[in-house]
Formats: sequence, C-alpha cells, structure tokens
Amino acid sequence: MDALIPQLLNGSAQGALLLLAALGLSLTFGQMGVINMAHGEFLMLGAFTAYLVQQVIAASDLSIPVALPVAFVVAGLFGLLLEVTIIRWMYRRPLDTLLVTVGVSLILQQAALQIFPSQGVPVEKPSWLDGQLNILGYEWPLRQLFTIVLAAVCVAALSAWLKYTSFGRRIRATVHNRDLAETTGISTRTIDRLTFFVGSGLAGVAGVAASLIGGTNSQMGAQYIIPAFLVVAAGGIGQLKGTIIAAWAVGVALSCFAYWTTGSLAQVLAFILVIVFLQLRPQGLFTVRTRSLA
Amino acid sequence: MTKLKPWISLSGIGMFAVVLLAVAPLVLTDHWLTNLGKYCCWAIAAVGIGLAWGRGGMLVMGQGVFFALGAYAMAMHLTLETAGDRVPGFMVLYDPLAPLPAFWEPFRSAGFTLLAIVLLPVIAAGILGYALFKRRVKGAYFAILTQALAVALATLISSTIRETGGDTGLSDFKLFFGFVLNDPANKVMVYLIAAGLLIVCLLAVWQFYRSRFGELLVATRDAEERVRFLGYDPANIKLVAFVVSALMASIGGAMFVPIVGIITPAEIGAAASILMIAGVAFGGRASLFGPALGAMAVGWGQSSLGSTWPDGWTYILGLLFVVVILLLPNGLSSLPARFTGWTRRSPAEQPAPAFDAAELEEVRS
Repeated sequence: MDALIPQLLNGSAQGALLLLAALGLSLTFGQMGVINMAHGEFLMLGAFTAYLVQQVIAASDLSIPVALPVAFVVAGLFGLLLEVTIIRWMYRRPLDTLLVTVGVSLILQQAALQIFPSQGVPVEKPSWLDGQLNILGYEWPLRQLFTIVLAAVCVAALSAWLKYTSFGRRIRATVHNRDLAETTGISTRTIDRLTFFVGSGLAGVAGVAASLIGGTNSQMGAQYIIPAFLVVAAGGIGQLKGTIIAAWAVGVALSCFAYWTTGSLAQVLAFILVIVFLQLRPQGLFTVRTRSLA
Repeated sequence: MTKLKPWISLSGIGMFAVVLLAVAPLVLTDHWLTNLGKYCCWAIAAVGIGLAWGRGGMLVMGQGVFFALGAYAMAMHLTLETAGDRVPGFMVLYDPLAPLPAFWEPFRSAGFTLLAIVLLPVIAAGILGYALFKRRVKGAYFAILTQALAVALATLISSTIRETGGDTGLSDFKLFFGFVLNDPANKVMVYLIAAGLLIVCLLAVWQFYRSRFGELLVATRDAEERVRFLGYDPANIKLVAFVVSALMASIGGAMFVPIVGIITPAEIGAAASILMIAGVAFGGRASLFGPALGAMAVGWGQSSLGSTWPDGWTYILGLLFVVVILLLPNGLSSLPARFTGWTRRSPAEQPAPAFDAAELEEVRS
C-alpha cells in the first residue's frame, strides 16, 4: 500500500503529460486521418518557448503562466504553416503524410540542436511549484499536481469549445461525416486549418508542462510521439473520454512497471500492453459508431 | 502487367549481378568493398520493404526489429565462436564468474544460428502479422505499432547490458564460421555472400511481382474491400508479404554483422528503421530496383556525409522525405518516365492506385 500511492500519483502526473501530448494528436488524427509525426517536435517548440520567455521575463513565477499561451500560439502557428505548405496537398495520401512529417520532425530536431545548446536548456520552475503536498504520508511534488490541473483545464476548455461554439460544432460535423458537412456549407478547408492550429497549439502547452518535469532538449519530442500515438489509438478516435482514460492508464502502468522493474523495461512492457489491448479492441476504448466496413 | 517483358527486368538484375559480383571486387579497394557490402545489407532489407510497403501498402516502420533478430543471432554465434569455450569478454566484465545466459547456448551451433536467422523473423512476423491483419489493423496504426516495437526492442537491448552488450553492442568478432575475418580474402568472400544474397532477393521479388500473388497483393493494396468481396482473405495475402519482408530484413541484418563488425541498438531502433524507409521512398517504393538502389544511395549518404557533415546530412535526410514523398511518390525510378513520357510502367508500379481509393474510404467513414 505504501508503494502504491506514490505510483498512482506519479502515474497520474505522467498520464496527464501524455494526455496533453495526445490531445492535439487525437484532434488532428480523428479529423483528418493524418498522423503528424512532427507533433512531438511541436511539443519541443513549446518547451523551448518556455525557455525563451524566461529569458525575457526573468521572474519564473510570472514567466511560466505567460509562456503557456505564448507556447500555444507559437506551436499552433508552426502547425498552421505545416498544414498550409505541405499537408494540404496530401489529404488523399494519409499514410504518406506520416512520412513527410517524419522528415519535418528530423529538420526541426536538427534545427533545435543547432540553435540551442546540445545538452539542452534549463527551464526555471516557478517558486510556487517548489513545495510538496502530503498525501497519506507521501510528499507529492506540486509540479506533478500542476501537470494534472493543466491537463484538466485543457481538456475542459477543449471539450467546451468543441461542444458550445459554432467552430466546435463544425469540427465535430467534419469528424463525423466530411462530405455531409461540406454539403451543408461548412468550409472543411478552414476547419482543417483551425483544427491543425489548435491541435499543434496543445502540443506547445504540453511542451511547457514537459519542460517543468523533464529536460528541455532537441530529442524530447521524439520520446513523446509514439506513446502519445499509442494513447490515441487505445483511446479510440473522435472522443475525448477514451483518450483521457487511456492516457491515465498508460501513465499509471508506466509508473508501476518502472517501480517493479526498470524505466526502460517499463516502456517495453507498456508498449506491449497497448499492442495486446489493440488486439482485443482494435477500435480503441470508445469509438464513434459508423457503418464502415473496416 | 509486368509479365509483358520479363527479359527487361531480368537482364537488369543480370547487369546488377555482374557489377556487384564481378566488377566491384576487381575495381574497389578493401575499404570501399566493405562499405559496399554494408549498403548491400541495407538494400536486402529495403527490397523486403519494397515488397511490403510499395506493393502491399503496409508501411513497415519497424523493420529494425527483424534486422535485429538476424543481426543478433549472427552476432551471438560469432561472439561465441570467437570466445571459444570461455564466456564472452563483455559478460565477464560485470561479473567474473557469470555463467552464459541460457538463450545464448544454442547459438554455439552454426546450423542452429543459420536456422534461427531464417525462422526467428518468420515466426515473429507470422505471429505479429496474423494478429494485426486478422483484426484488420492497418494504415497509420500498423505503421506506428511496428515502430513502437522497434523502439521497444532497442530499449530492451540497451537496458540488458549483461545479456546483450547493451548500448555498446556486440563486436570484435574474429571468426566467421571458421574463417578468419581479418583475412582480406575472407572479407571479399563475406562481401560476395551479401551481394549474392541481394541478387537472390531481387530475383525472388521479381518472381513475386510477376506471379498471381503479386497481382493479388497490389489489388489488396489498392482496394482491400474489393479483394475481400471477391472471396480472398486480404489478411493472408498481406501476411505472406510481411513475413517475406521480415525474412529479408533478417538476412540483411545477419550479413551486416560480419561485414561491419559491430551491432548496436542504434542500428535497429526507430531512427535506423526510418532510414531504411527513406532509401525505399527515395528509390521508388513499388519498383523492382528502386528500393535496393535507393537504400544504397541513402546508406552511402549516411556513412559518408553522416560522419563528415552530420548536421547537414540530417537536413538532407529530412528534406529527402519531404520533397520525394510530396513531389515524387514513385521515387527516382519514376523520373525517366516523367521526362521522356515513356510509359512502360504498369499500374502495379504506381504506389497510388489508378482510381481514388481515398474516395472509397471517405464513403465508408
């Protein structure tokens, strides 16, 4: 029991970070069937934005709250640029999009490696995240709680936006049936761009959170992209609740496996767990019912 | 289809064989011959990727897994052969009295090793492919799952220093099935085996492409549902192509070890697997020679530019993906047809189907 609580709490924080990384991915993948392998690098952009904001606003208490919206916009604009220049030519070849974005991610990684010091940059944690919270005798670092709160806020904001705004309604319509949405006068092109902006922006927010927990370097994006995609796949396409549950489950599983074995073995086990799960439920946890064949 | 003029492809393979097996050993220095041998190993894996991805539509982003199975099987045998009766050096480093792990023991036998190089990938790809294709896992899911496996295996090997050598890998092989590896004559022999295997793989794929199986595979790639409704099981068709491509990756890996002399997790992880895909995309995924030649070109870039100008090479590799896939989905092999309007090309060699499958998908979803 003593060992379980820290694993649950750590795992929840890890899951929240995965959720932040997976939110944008599930949005763009759900809508356009496009896997953006550069999504991890957008996360990295967010983390470096947090660092750059800190160079301007030295007080870390203030800089992190400022960095969150800035990172959202920076990563979002990069996403928009990617959509406008490359991805829009490739909607008929979704699998090829995956490879093109692999190329983009290589370029972004290398650029980050050359612009910033190769060992990474330090992002100061705000003093209000220094403390610990005593939960049943376990000193829980506040920054883990911060990740969870941030993920919760993002999920709430995203679902409210999808549910109550006219843009959100149009996005949902496009996800459900692109052709029908188009016939009713929705400009799916505009919707695609907007979705890409928001999805990539969320990666930027995830990057700020990641910079507070792990290191900020050019390789950080690569380690998130595959777990994030597995979370999206296990959660099912088109519904946020599946992604949330899957992210939490993978986070806790990673944390528990890491406690029982080693960090790297935990990753292997978590991957295998998701693959076996997809074997049992290829459509993921929750899915939008369609009459499709496959 | 490709049946029309078999002699064109066949004479191409013949010319390729003459260049690789007869001309290259005479012209090239030992250093470059070894390099060429290394490119041949990547090319063998690439030929398999061409089959699975170019013709079968399965984006195999984790061929490093099967490359690793062959490579580590071979490396374990060579390590044991070099160590003789003793426990391999790197194991003793951590614990002088360490016994040999049980799974190493059978690799003392040369026959078992050769069998393992063939059977391990067939079994692994068979189980994985059966499970995934029967549940109709495809597209991006399949691609990312295979890549996740490559990451997982590389991580696993990195973390088991005691059993597999970890990040430093396995190296310092002295003997290759009784032949001394340092002997220049034996180096040429090892190269010739690799180049010969590449030719064999090309011939096998050539025969695959002109067989009815090849037509079914292309049909499955372009319209899986139609094939299903015609009474075939697309899962079985894809499974065969996937297993053959895994076998080729394993053979490439197995020959990589004696030629290069070292195998590490970096050679099999996500980045290495993506590099293999890059070569195939560059050369032309659905053509016969494209994957092999593309893999050799990318292999050359990786080992020459990659070490002298690593920063620039990464940009080139990234741009290669973007430009080739965006503008030249058929790779360089489609360039002659593009400039001359010479359309000998069959629909099977186009990675995109003649009619728009995407529209079919959209109707369904």
